[in-house]
Amino acid sequence: MTAVLERPAPVRPAGPSTRARRLARRVAGPWTYAALIAILAGSAFPVYWSFVVSSQTPDAIDSVPPVLVPGGHLFENIARVFDTTDFALALMNSIVVAGTVTVSVVLFSTLAGFAFAKLKFRGRNVLLLLIIGTQAIPTELGIIPLYMMMSEFGWAGEIHAVIVPGLVTAFGVFFMRQYFERAIPDELLEAGRMDGCHSLRLFWHVALPAARPAAAVLGLFTFMQAWNDFFWPLVVLVPENPTVQTALSTLASGYTTDYTLVLTAATIGTVPVLAVFLLFGRQIVGGIMSGAVKG
Amino acid sequence: MVLIDKTARRHRWDTRFAPYGYVAPYFLIFGVFGLFPLLYTVWVSLQDRNLLESDAASLVWFDNYAKLMADPYFWNAMGNTLSLWLLTTVPQILFALFIAQLLNRKVRTRTLFRMGVILPNITSVAAVTIIFAQLFGRDFGLINWVLDLFGAGNIDWQAGTATSHIAIAVMVVWRWTGYHALIFLASMQAIPSTLYEAATLDGANGRQQFWRITVPLLRPQIIFSTIIATTGNMRLLAEPLLFNPGAAAATGGSDRQFQTAALYLYEQGFTNYDFGYSSAIAVVLAIATVIVAGLGYLVTKRIRTE
Repeated sequence: MTAVLERPAPVRPAGPSTRARRLARRVAGPWTYAALIAILAGSAFPVYWSFVVSSQTPDAIDSVPPVLVPGGHLFENIARVFDTTDFALALMNSIVVAGTVTVSVVLFSTLAGFAFAKLKFRGRNVLLLLIIGTQAIPTELGIIPLYMMMSEFGWAGEIHAVIVPGLVTAFGVFFMRQYFERAIPDELLEAGRMDGCHSLRLFWHVALPAARPAAAVLGLFTFMQAWNDFFWPLVVLVPENPTVQTALSTLASGYTTDYTLVLTAATIGTVPVLAVFLLFGRQIVGGIMSGAVKG
Repeated sequence: MVLIDKTARRHRWDTRFAPYGYVAPYFLIFGVFGLFPLLYTVWVSLQDRNLLESDAASLVWFDNYAKLMADPYFWNAMGNTLSLWLLTTVPQILFALFIAQLLNRKVRTRTLFRMGVILPNITSVAAVTIIFAQLFGRDFGLINWVLDLFGAGNIDWQAGTATSHIAIAVMVVWRWTGYHALIFLASMQAIPSTLYEAATLDGANGRQQFWRITVPLLRPQIIFSTIIATTGNMRLLAEPLLFNPGAAAATGGSDRQFQTAALYLYEQGFTNYDFGYSSAIAVVLAIATVIVAGLGYLVTKRIRTE
């Protein structure tokens, strides 16, 4: 559930070339590096510390001075998490939810984005405005009726109640549309039409291959967001059938006072997004800087 | 002849109707599971509808709103929401400008630093809040231990209104500053260096250049970030819910000292199952968010462009 506005394009006054700009840009001094390293440390510390606690015996979390280096009890603690809670089910559910949502959002956003960018039809602009407008509204505010609907369908407590509302996002459609506008010249599609190509074939053979970089970025964001989604799964799921995030919430809310166990679960739940991040960090950074807004 | 006719007809069908087929999945799913619940919230807010009561829902018009206006817990939650909005949004934007300025210099291993600032943003809010709740622990928390080194006493972060708000604000700012920094950085890189060169010739120092050139040129992005941050920070829920691990978590502390409006909505809706009342909170919160975002817009719009 995203809330996104159309972002203003970066300022681009006419000016010297990128190269001249680079040359004139201030070279970082030692203070800049010191500050950046401090920021890097601050960014990584909470996750690192959680990992440290996960690898220590349960008394380490309460020790003074605090323990700051990993110990050798990581697998022991992981085993305890899987023994005391059904964390395997939580992981499985999160994989199914995030996987399905990602495939669906990428597919439907690409299809609709292509239509909005490259096909002409009546009402196109009005529908596009509707999409942009709805991006600004936090859909969480409709959570009570959504819950009533899910109860009515008999879906409350089931993971499709989490999956179905996430199958499309306004942001995805808008993001793909912006990409198609720039990435595919109209002439290419005209030529395809002259050859008698049906628009679905144009989509499949011309648009989709060209959209791969943008679709990948959208997929990365959608996966991480679906994996981390908290409020709606908390409302509609039951503790016996959780996602990773709601399982963490149950664990932390008085299920146990063993916080080494809780933080080990938090660490396990962070590993998948962290892996995606370490593998595709460059694309994620590039995506945010070029306007792939997630909110 | 027949063949051509058929192709032409198919072509016409394709250009006329196929596009609707491509956008239909989005509008169908969003219409049913996004837009409809949103609008229906207003209708539910006019009803007396409680899952725990056996009688059917009845239309009571503005009774829920009247009750809300006289509800001290609601005003407490709105006050906390506004306080947290201020404590999260302002530092987020200022720190993000500062970090973007650092990243905009010629730095080696720039991808590493950029990934570093965005790392908090990809972590899950549930995991992060649980981790921070431990770091902010009263007796064995790392943050108190560090403060102790500087002679500050042991702070019970969750107990006080101000301290709990600061702790929650730290979590939010930690999670979102890097994201806004990258947005600002993208725009900073597009500012032509000739502007800075001319300013240097005129004798303007680095700080003057930052406030008189960089910030005014970033105005559209600052407005955008303020609005995005506002819509996010006005509906904080996971942080206050998980900051206080315990059975009565939905109250946001023993004295509701950090219960936000979104958390109160959750408490009324899913602890008391008072759907009508909870929906009224949703509607008022939506209106308040629009007003506050408008306020943020008016403030950031005043950034002077030379």
